[in-house]
Amino acid sequence: MEITALINFLKAQIDGLSIEQTENCTPKGITISSQHLKAVCELLHENEQFYFDMLSCITGIDNGVESGTMEVIYNLYSIPFERSLTIKVALDRKKPEVASVFDVWRTADWHEREVFDLFGIHFSGHPDLRRILLPADWNGHPLRKDYKHQDYYHGIKVEY
Amino acid sequence: MANEIQYKYHPDNLVLSEPNKYKVGDLKSTEMVLNLGPQHPSTHGVLRLEVLTEGEIVKKIVPHLGYLHRCFEKHAESLPYNQVIPFVDRMDYLAAMNSEHAYAMGVEKMLGIDEKIPKRVEYIRVLVAELNRLASHFVAIGTYAMDIGAFTPFFWMVRDREHILRLLEWASGARMLYNYIWIGGLFYDLPVGFEERCTELVNYLKPKLVELDDIVINNKIFIERTANVGVLSRDMAINYGVTGPMLRASGLRLDLRKVDGYSVYPELDFDIPIGEGKMGAIGDCWDRNHVRILEIHESLKIIDQCIVQLTTDHKRTRDFDPQEIVPKKIRPKAGDFYIRAENPKGELGFFFRADGKSDIPFRCKARACSFVNLSVLNELTKGNLIADLVAILGSIDIVLGEVDR
Repeated sequence: MEITALINFLKAQIDGLSIEQTENCTPKGITISSQHLKAVCELLHENEQFYFDMLSCITGIDNGVESGTMEVIYNLYSIPFERSLTIKVALDRKKPEVASVFDVWRTADWHEREVFDLFGIHFSGHPDLRRILLPADWNGHPLRKDYKHQDYYHGIKVEY
Repeated sequence: MANEIQYKYHPDNLVLSEPNKYKVGDLKSTEMVLNLGPQHPSTHGVLRLEVLTEGEIVKKIVPHLGYLHRCFEKHAESLPYNQVIPFVDRMDYLAAMNSEHAYAMGVEKMLGIDEKIPKRVEYIRVLVAELNRLASHFVAIGTYAMDIGAFTPFFWMVRDREHILRLLEWASGARMLYNYIWIGGLFYDLPVGFEERCTELVNYLKPKLVELDDIVINNKIFIERTANVGVLSRDMAINYGVTGPMLRASGLRLDLRKVDGYSVYPELDFDIPIGEGKMGAIGDCWDRNHVRILEIHESLKIIDQCIVQLTTDHKRTRDFDPQEIVPKKIRPKAGDFYIRAENPKGELGFFFRADGKSDIPFRCKARACSFVNLSVLNELTKGNLIADLVAILGSIDIVLGEVDR
């Protein structure tokens, strides 16, 4: 599969989609506008030509306060075609929010909860967006670049 | 300060840190919430399951994770690439060699030195990784048999695993957390005489596996207890991102060692066993364990071939240096990278972002197979008996060090 064919297909199907090939990315990837994420995922999942039936991984990235953006990266895999694809969306750091792909792949449930837990990125439409790894009464999201841990947790000193 | 107790007790502390999803007041009069764990042997570590039951039937399960969370990813963001390896060991502590192999491969690909790794190094890596796969499957089957009431197989499996751990200790100096596979090479070459001892081990294990078949997998009680229990359909497995022996037990022949063909796996001859539903439906608990046992046989085949290679074409020489191309400074080009490898429990993936300026990863994410495999638990147990819940949970084969990271 040529990545350009995939880009052209998506452009033709979705109006107003901003899409470009991601540079320096292995496996090959596309960067899309965040509001079209779910539509793109649904298309890639359903379409017989591409059929990305497995979502391997969702990664959140905080680019730091200066850049003002966060990213969410989706690693898809198509079992019958043995192809991989990376989808990248950039979010505003002040109000990071993106649509949940829970309806497309159920595995997104826990992946998205993990990204929410560690980055504070909201996934709208997720049925049960709670913290998953950290305690529910923990303050802050540790993988943000400007994270400062709390001094005490239930009287226990956090600094080791 | 040292003698002072820091914890401030409050009766609500535990409830606040991990509240139940279902409140007692909201339940119907026939329903009850049962807490399983975090201190329960059948949860294989510190996993808490909030089980909503109606009589003997499980209606819903809400797993509460994170009791072993230490944020591997945060550690990795503050250490150079080569110093992350000991942390990788501690994720899936039952199969540390496999995780190290995946991690080292990823960084080597980013550096572009993956083609330059000497063949002997690659064969040693595959050999130790497959030995570790055996050890991991032994624990999986042994503890599973113990979960459902058979004690003897556990002792037998731990006895046989001990031989493997001693071999790996001989090679690396540690029993479980090895730090043996380095980026670009190995810590040491194999000790003299290792290959012969490996051959002895394989010859020792073959009759033991026949015994294992008799006592566990073909045992009438075991079959009655596991056949047709916790059936995972192929579609659901893919939709939930389930990988490894669990996915193969559901009838899909997907093994990343074959699909991606990394390291020297393309040069080795082995099969991918899948679940065939011999005792019940395809993808039940019996199938999952059967696939693991078949995989043990395949791993033995791989070990045999590696030993042949390591004693003939790529045999030990005086001037062989396993650290020959270990880079002094690890500074990959800027970019994103996702690498995956077949661990005993499924697909272990690492996502890296390198900024091209430092030897510390900007972001390093681990896609843990146990974590993803566990997420299907609610779907698998719905409508089953509470007694079967333990059987189903055990058949997923989770390691909490990897679930919580």
